[in-house]
Amino acid sequence: MRSSAFLTEVMAIARRSTVRTMRQPAVLVPALLFPMLFFSINANGLDAASRIPGFPTDSYLDFAFAFPLIQASLFGAITAGADLARDIESGFFDRLSLTPMRPVALLGGMLAGVVALGLIQGVAFLTVGLLMGVDISSGVGGMFVIVLLTVLVALGFGGIGAILAIRTGSVEAVESAFPLFFVAIFLSSINLPRELIEQDWFRFIATVNPISYLVEGIRSLVITGWDAQALILGFGFALAIVVVAIGGAAASLKTRVV
Amino acid sequence: MSSFFHVAGAVAARQTYKYFTNPAFLAPALFPLFFFVAFAGGLTRVGDVPGFDYGAGYIAFQYVWALLQAVSMGGAFTGFSIAGDFENGFASRLMLAASNRYGIILGYTMASIVRAVMTGMLVTGFALVIGIPISGGFDLFGLIALALLANIAATLFGAGVAMLLRTQQAGPVIRTPIFLVLFLAPVFVPLSLLSGWIETAARLNPFTHVLEAARGFLAGDPTGVASAFIISAILILILALWAVYGLRSAERAG
Amino acid sequence: MGRDRGIEVENLVREFKKGPRAVDGIDLQVEPGEIYGFLGPNGAGKSTTVLMLTTLLPPTSGTATVAGYDIVHEGPQVRASIGAALQEAALDPFLTGREHLHLQAALHGISRKERKRRAQELLERVGLQEAAGRKVRGYSGGMKRRLDLALALVHGPQILFLDEPTTGLDPQSRSALWAEVSRLAREDEVTVFLTTQYLEEADVLADRVGIIDRGRIVAEDTPESLKAEIGRPSVEATPAERGERDAVASVLMGFGEEIPAQPGAVAVRLSGGAAGLADVVRALDKEGVRVTNLRLDEPSLDDVFLAKTGRSLEGAGEGEEGGMEEAQA
Repeated sequence: MRSSAFLTEVMAIARRSTVRTMRQPAVLVPALLFPMLFFSINANGLDAASRIPGFPTDSYLDFAFAFPLIQASLFGAITAGADLARDIESGFFDRLSLTPMRPVALLGGMLAGVVALGLIQGVAFLTVGLLMGVDISSGVGGMFVIVLLTVLVALGFGGIGAILAIRTGSVEAVESAFPLFFVAIFLSSINLPRELIEQDWFRFIATVNPISYLVEGIRSLVITGWDAQALILGFGFALAIVVVAIGGAAASLKTRVV
Repeated sequence: MSSFFHVAGAVAARQTYKYFTNPAFLAPALFPLFFFVAFAGGLTRVGDVPGFDYGAGYIAFQYVWALLQAVSMGGAFTGFSIAGDFENGFASRLMLAASNRYGIILGYTMASIVRAVMTGMLVTGFALVIGIPISGGFDLFGLIALALLANIAATLFGAGVAMLLRTQQAGPVIRTPIFLVLFLAPVFVPLSLLSGWIETAARLNPFTHVLEAARGFLAGDPTGVASAFIISAILILILALWAVYGLRSAERAG
Repeated sequence: MGRDRGIEVENLVREFKKGPRAVDGIDLQVEPGEIYGFLGPNGAGKSTTVLMLTTLLPPTSGTATVAGYDIVHEGPQVRASIGAALQEAALDPFLTGREHLHLQAALHGISRKERKRRAQELLERVGLQEAAGRKVRGYSGGMKRRLDLALALVHGPQILFLDEPTTGLDPQSRSALWAEVSRLAREDEVTVFLTTQYLEEADVLADRVGIIDRGRIVAEDTPESLKAEIGRPSVEATPAERGERDAVASVLMGFGEEIPAQPGAVAVRLSGGAAGLADVVRALDKEGVRVTNLRLDEPSLDDVFLAKTGRSLEGAGEGEEGGMEEAQA
């Protein structure tokens, strides 16, 4: 009984966040366009890198394909976090708090919206990537796993966005965190495999940066096929981020609702 | 003519004064610095690709791009502050007071050069910390000259857009083209190693010639210097006309 | 069902980290079915009180019960009994009016079928049935307030909180909202707690008015009693010629004590009540002074506010600071 009411609440809020995203082409179009544009520029500009001795594949396009997926998850998370912060700023959150809704349902609904956007992005990028000539070594099954991992990453980033939104209640604060995330993506093995990073300090940062393992998990499905170790690490870190971020967001929520 | 320089001096002095009261004027160096760290730190092995023959090493190769990016972004940011001046009403006061309004453009440009010198020094300082090899034989003056020309061109472009739109919404309209011009160039490898559509785009991009010549100066192996300076001069001439066009449109709007 | 449908507040205090006490120990009682008007200038503590009574902000000290439930310890029960339209008209610009109602109804656990019926009924009631399918982004200020009211009523609450429901509305939208609010109280027996900075709104709508200034209640009663306490009406006369001001003044002084007036005019508080107006006219006529304007003013709630705080409600907002005498009851 209670669980079905909870589901109704989550569904109602998820519906609302998805509907509002779909009605804003100014949010949706950049979310779909920019990661692919950046991917295309990067993949072509760094094409010569595949000729570095020891590079794991002869196509930099394949190698770089994890980039738009990770970047898109970040875009989605920041958008959702900013939306939540806007709800707090505008008083919409207060309005919802006056209903018997469980506060966690609000979080669930927001994250369901993140998952929906992540799914759309994952499928769209996969389609465009295949058309551009990306070769997925793990085949059709691998494509599903790629989308699954992408959605998990989006969920984890979304949780971090939610923490920022709930703690600060400020759209500006959430949006100004975007460059930090962006930096974190670049300070990983996103552009070169870790063993080919020459500078020790950079290789160290890339090794301790969990984003490297998310990237390598997706990448292994594209360039190697089924690599158990890369997948375990990828899913392991993704799930850990999801648990910590969503747990943190739920705890933050308690401080805001009486 | 004297009023032209008088106005320019006054505008430049005000802008420069504003820099020193707010350290945020170094913000244009932020993204270039970050890309510099990410690319120069993470991609050094790209310098090992067969056919990559740049004498000064990969960090220096990336430093030149970061430097040009920092000064161009400085120009773009000047555009943002012009747009801001129009929004807060300062610009209309300026237009009323200035006896020679072309001096306004020169003034903003002069201030932008001051900013470019600062941001350029910041990026250079960073490069020295990261470990850019300093060897004799490079032509520092050629490099600085090209950086200043890039800054002037970007400033004039930004000023034109800002005076045409006269709102903060000019921001993305200024930033996006400059970003594209910076990235549709031989960012990671020399032009000779590019292929596909990005090679075509880079060859058509006038910035590519400036970038390659500037890298040549740093390696003590100047190539395509004449064409780089001629292209910069033509670009600045066209963009100066563009800025004047923007100014006229602002005059008409009152 | 709640234990009762009223509100009881005892010595409620809210302090913010910076600045003085926003709410400085207020006591009040709202009877079931009553419209209670909470009148005061900007920054007087009205909204802070509403936030506490609706459980959105914990009080620093003091107690309050809403519908018989304690606002600190029985938050969920309080929330189930109340509806609230808060100041910001917090709506999602990208959703339609109907979608807002469906969302709100779903969160209140109303069944899918019932949601539709309820939404339609409320849209009709607030006159938004035609705009129901349009995005809120295109709504006028008045439409947003009406939607806000409808949202507050989705679950049929016993007590309704309205925080400055008509601020910024044109006179027509304002009176439409007034009509709806008084209908709710009269026909549906909803208890209404309404804050306002408009004298007229409190006067027209409220059964009882509490006047709040700087976090304290300075007067509380029915509008009529409050005005009666101030007492007698005043008369203001504007002489036709500037030079005759003194002559007019000397005539008027015979009917009561002088009070501040418009520039160039003279005003007195009539010691004999409104009936004295005819005598004033005769006396002016007898002296042969001509007046271009003669006005009888009933005491207003502004006079009450003036008498209680030493300031006029107009312009008594946040911006002005100190220097004024503390209220003399």
